[in-house]
Amino acid sequence: MIDFLTLIQVLDGTLRLATPLLLVCLAGLFSERAGIFDIGLEGKLLAAAFVSAAFAAITGSVWLGLLAGVLASILLSLLHGLASITLRGDQIISGVAINFLAAGLTVVIAQDLFGQGGRTPPLKSGGRFEPLNFPWSISSKEMSDAGPLMQLYSELLSGHSLLVYLALLTVPLSWFVLYKTRFGLRLRAVGENPAAVDTAGISVVGLRYGAVVIGGILCGIAGAYIATSLQANFTKDMSAGRGFIALAALIFAKWRPWYALGACLLFGFFFAVDNRFQNILMPAWALSSFLIFISIVLLSYVLKKDYLDKVVLGGLALGIAIISLMVISSVWTSGISSQVKIPVVFIQSLPYVLTVVVLAGFVGRAIPPKAGGQPYVKER
Amino acid sequence: MDIMPKWVDIIVVPLFSLFLAAFLAALLILAIGESPVAALNLMIEGTLLRSAGWGYMLYYTTNFIFTGLAVSVAFHAALFNIGGEGQAMIGGLGVALVCLFIPWPHWTLAIIGASIGAALFGMIWAGLPAYLQAKRGSHIVITTIMFNFIAAGVLIFFVVDVLKPTGSMDPASANFPASTHLPTFQDIASLMGFEKAFRSAPANVSFFIALFACVAIWYLIWRSPLGYEIRALGKSGAAARYAGVRPVKIIMIAMMISGALCGMMAINTTQGESERLILNFTEGAGFIGIAVALMGRSHPAGVFLAALLFGFLYQGGAELALWTKIPREMIVVIQALVILFTGALSLMVRAPLERLFMSIKSADV
Repeated sequence: MIDFLTLIQVLDGTLRLATPLLLVCLAGLFSERAGIFDIGLEGKLLAAAFVSAAFAAITGSVWLGLLAGVLASILLSLLHGLASITLRGDQIISGVAINFLAAGLTVVIAQDLFGQGGRTPPLKSGGRFEPLNFPWSISSKEMSDAGPLMQLYSELLSGHSLLVYLALLTVPLSWFVLYKTRFGLRLRAVGENPAAVDTAGISVVGLRYGAVVIGGILCGIAGAYIATSLQANFTKDMSAGRGFIALAALIFAKWRPWYALGACLLFGFFFAVDNRFQNILMPAWALSSFLIFISIVLLSYVLKKDYLDKVVLGGLALGIAIISLMVISSVWTSGISSQVKIPVVFIQSLPYVLTVVVLAGFVGRAIPPKAGGQPYVKER
Repeated sequence: MDIMPKWVDIIVVPLFSLFLAAFLAALLILAIGESPVAALNLMIEGTLLRSAGWGYMLYYTTNFIFTGLAVSVAFHAALFNIGGEGQAMIGGLGVALVCLFIPWPHWTLAIIGASIGAALFGMIWAGLPAYLQAKRGSHIVITTIMFNFIAAGVLIFFVVDVLKPTGSMDPASANFPASTHLPTFQDIASLMGFEKAFRSAPANVSFFIALFACVAIWYLIWRSPLGYEIRALGKSGAAARYAGVRPVKIIMIAMMISGALCGMMAINTTQGESERLILNFTEGAGFIGIAVALMGRSHPAGVFLAALLFGFLYQGGAELALWTKIPREMIVVIQALVILFTGALSLMVRAPLERLFMSIKSADV
């Protein structure tokens, strides 16, 4: 078993890694709740990371970096708004374009400004968000001798950058704005039935622009966090798919702020586990019986269904059963209770697999905002 | 409705979008202190004026034809297959298994086997999201994005934990046996007596399979009953259903054809070029397929031309990165702008052209 301090350290990592996911997830939440799909979260995150790191490197001030990063992200949000709200273009295509635009431009500009192969120079102390150490917290050197409460306080609660606490605060804030204010009610309505909102004399276009700009601000903060706090410079493609994981978390959370916190912490936990442990060991019997269980559940579901369900899900069940047999055969000589290694890539893939399961609606169906993805055309 | 003649819609609008993208890219090149004219010259010199340049260009083009056709077929059914990248990765796995574990006597047989393996694997990988869309209503864009990431995980697992020869440090499978190696353009040219042509360029016979795929997809979409059903469903789901088209079946078939095409990209990259399974062999081609399909108006002829253009851009971009301060990512920017202008901002691009034609028409009257 792992000891308490290791657990605390993993949870500490969870919080660090969940922070950008959470901010981006809430950005997507505002946008999608207003009926604007946002595949371009990844691009905004990357652009904000670069611009904030570049400004922080040049000016030496992390606050100017944060501001510039947020502005860059808002700019891309407005581009998305122009394409998908004003010009009623395809929201998915616009998002894809924004992702490429950010992936290309950040490297081109970084190479021109700094000439370090698409990176920014390492940020000095003023250009970074420093960890906030709470009063009476102890340093990591003394950690192993301290009591469990002190470990919890000093390692998990204290010692994060300001943006981590800010991200946690945005959850109740988003909940309040969405569910307790008039703006929030209208914003949610515009994602469900824009015609009704329009009939009430409220501007659909204005609300949707408002939502994408809020999304831009949140993505901007997330970008600044990964470049000036989680790491201390910008590197090429440093967003590393976080925008898409946040999108997954958003679906997993069924477009709700508090659920978003839970989903992001869960996904953050997967990444923290993955960072901390090289291999996950599991008794062979437990793994294969788990797989066989899933396989049987799928098969029993399929029995009453039509031909296509039988082929697809039955095939899936068969595949899982074969993997389970392979697990058993791999430990044939050393006994069924010996440990098998689960490759880390499977832990990394878990967020995506879980999202697909939720999307499929077999467990806790996720229903997106009704008007999502459709441009609003005012009746003439 | 039809303000502009059809040829404007098909030819002028994409070219105008391309011109806008090129113009903005030229501004960016100026801003980083290089000359756009010199850059274009260098791209043409490094691509079109050397046979090896052509060899590289057509290698990229082959990939983009496959992924562009794949995205187009899905577009015709009003589906957005953003998962080409993942389907190509899994297709590569199929190619590797076929090439490594079946003793092929000759490459002509091996390429047939590898094509079937690639198509089958890509098809399965696209089939699951298609099933979830058709039967469960899960949004195909999101599921295919998720399947891209899962595919990357599966590929890493197979390359690192299963197919990597023991003792090797390289994250790659063993080399495929020589009997599966595809003739490159260099081999073909030297057979015809031009020993110096296409020196060390990766273009290979799978280019011709890509060309064949263009014709086959044209026939499928525009000349076959199935293609008619696919287009009918894409144009109007309700009308197609009323006419007796079964949406579940068409969604499944369209996506599986799309996945098969993406998978077949791997015969070019994995069997043709690297001759072993490596990580990241797709190099974003699945996403470039989106730009190619948009630019080519989802028509095989358009896709072919757009794939040539992007092949030129990728090879030209490599030349730029080699000889100037302009990094390869400049091509990604151009690609983004092309997607933006031909896809998301198409209304903005079309509006001035439409106004122009309106004024011509009213002048005629």
